[in-house]
Amino acid sequence: MLTMNEILETIRMVQKEKLDIRTITMGISLRDCVHADPKAACRKIYDKITTRAEKLVAVGEEIEREYGIPIVNKRISVTPISLVAEASSTDNYVMFAQAMDKAAAQVGVNFIGGFSALVHKGATTGDEKLIHSIPEALDVTERVCSSVNVATTKDGINMDAVYRMGQVIVETAKRTADRDGLGCAKLVVFANVPEDNPFMAGAFHGVGEPECVINVGVSGPGVVKNAVEKVKDEDFGTLAETVKNTAFKITRMGELVGRAAAKKLNVPFGIVDLSLAPTPAVGDSVAEVLEAMGLERCGTHGTTAALALLNDAVKKGGAMASSYVGGLSGAFIPVSEDAGMIRAAQEGVLTLEKLEAMTCVCSVGLDMIAVPGDTPAETIAAIIADEAAIGMINQKTTAVRIIPAPGKKVGDRVEFGGLLGHAPIIPVKQPSPAHFVKRGGRIPAPINSLKN
Amino acid sequence: MNHIKNDDGGGSRVIISVIGKDRVGIIAGVSGVLKDANVNILDISQTIMQDLFTMILVGDMTASSLDLAALKDRLNEQAEELGVRIDVQHEDVFRYMHRIQ
Repeated sequence: MLTMNEILETIRMVQKEKLDIRTITMGISLRDCVHADPKAACRKIYDKITTRAEKLVAVGEEIEREYGIPIVNKRISVTPISLVAEASSTDNYVMFAQAMDKAAAQVGVNFIGGFSALVHKGATTGDEKLIHSIPEALDVTERVCSSVNVATTKDGINMDAVYRMGQVIVETAKRTADRDGLGCAKLVVFANVPEDNPFMAGAFHGVGEPECVINVGVSGPGVVKNAVEKVKDEDFGTLAETVKNTAFKITRMGELVGRAAAKKLNVPFGIVDLSLAPTPAVGDSVAEVLEAMGLERCGTHGTTAALALLNDAVKKGGAMASSYVGGLSGAFIPVSEDAGMIRAAQEGVLTLEKLEAMTCVCSVGLDMIAVPGDTPAETIAAIIADEAAIGMINQKTTAVRIIPAPGKKVGDRVEFGGLLGHAPIIPVKQPSPAHFVKRGGRIPAPINSLKN
Repeated sequence: MNHIKNDDGGGSRVIISVIGKDRVGIIAGVSGVLKDANVNILDISQTIMQDLFTMILVGDMTASSLDLAALKDRLNEQAEELGVRIDVQHEDVFRYMHRIQ
């Protein structure tokens, strides 16, 4: 039996505190779209995506109406294109990205992920071609997102790939210079990438996944913030318990929507991703949750501890609420997409170093960070290497989504609009790590990978 | 604690929430729409939340002449006339959020 208070709580969460489902993401395998003729392969890719996802947006909207909970995004992830395109006789994979883009536009989704390669131990010919095609692909398409996995705990860090991705990021920024380097906002470099992540830009449909699947990403920093504010003077046990209870409720909505979508689309339900995902809207900020815990500004001393508590409590509450948890599942700290993070970075309180420390205790990594346009590829590669090392040693996912904004220097800002938000340019260190980055080869897997 | 009756029957129950400034005719207006659509009201509960009149109705749509989308449209028209906000949500949202089945 429901109480009036419970009903009012749910209504308040949705109407006042911006509880929403951030994304329902349909994962589609493209493994049967392989063809020696690249045009034929692209046609098969377009046909498969548009057939499988034909009703995705309509079903999403139907669920929104029925349950009265906004579903902000409907998205698609596909098999890493390096695997699909490798059999085609072509050196340039841009046409594959264009086929994805066209299919995404046709079914009405705003992002499609999977222009990806997994090169943590080394790159095949197809992987190399894909990585080479990334800057142009992200320039000429609108909805395509790209990701490359360069490290795992099991295999170590592929430093050749890390350096290469530093170059690719710089090149992508230059190619999209007229849009503040927007291409880089759609490119993620991962360590320990999950195969069922529903969130962009890092989503792809892993090789261990079924033919087609529905994964859900929940949101709700606003709801958590409100709950945290109510226990302002209580101790940490109460604080953690409050976050747990709130995360439970948020995740239940994800579970409900995911199951409903899977049923209506006649596709298996995959996972709920427990990440707290902010948006640039005021009141939908992870930084503000940390500030509500008692920090004057996000990024000051104590931020890492606060984030650790938040992230762990969200997982504990969320794990109880869903039968299948997966994806990234942790608080996101994308600077440009979070009003509180933007403010803290503008004031110089939130620095690259503090963000790096924060990524040790949450998902996902250095996310949506704008740095000066003249930052060398070697420095970006070294930033990626640092993040990958944190992921590798701590057996967790880490990632880098960094924008060396063309023509911009510290103090300027970049504007991406929409969910991608805006960000101040923050400084990077000047001494060069070039000699280190250029050594080549692989950083061996850590001792803690030897588990068998 | 004020309990809302909703633990019987199938999956055709909806929770209708009405939030706004109190005035004459809110209950009549909302229940009129429900009557016209042949939606049975199982329970009504009301309170004041942050100075706003708040009414929660549990409706059974088993014999409804309108589908959920059409009922929402009709209630939204009524909401405009009354100057309140009316939402209609499937009951599962509330059950799922607060209970492990």
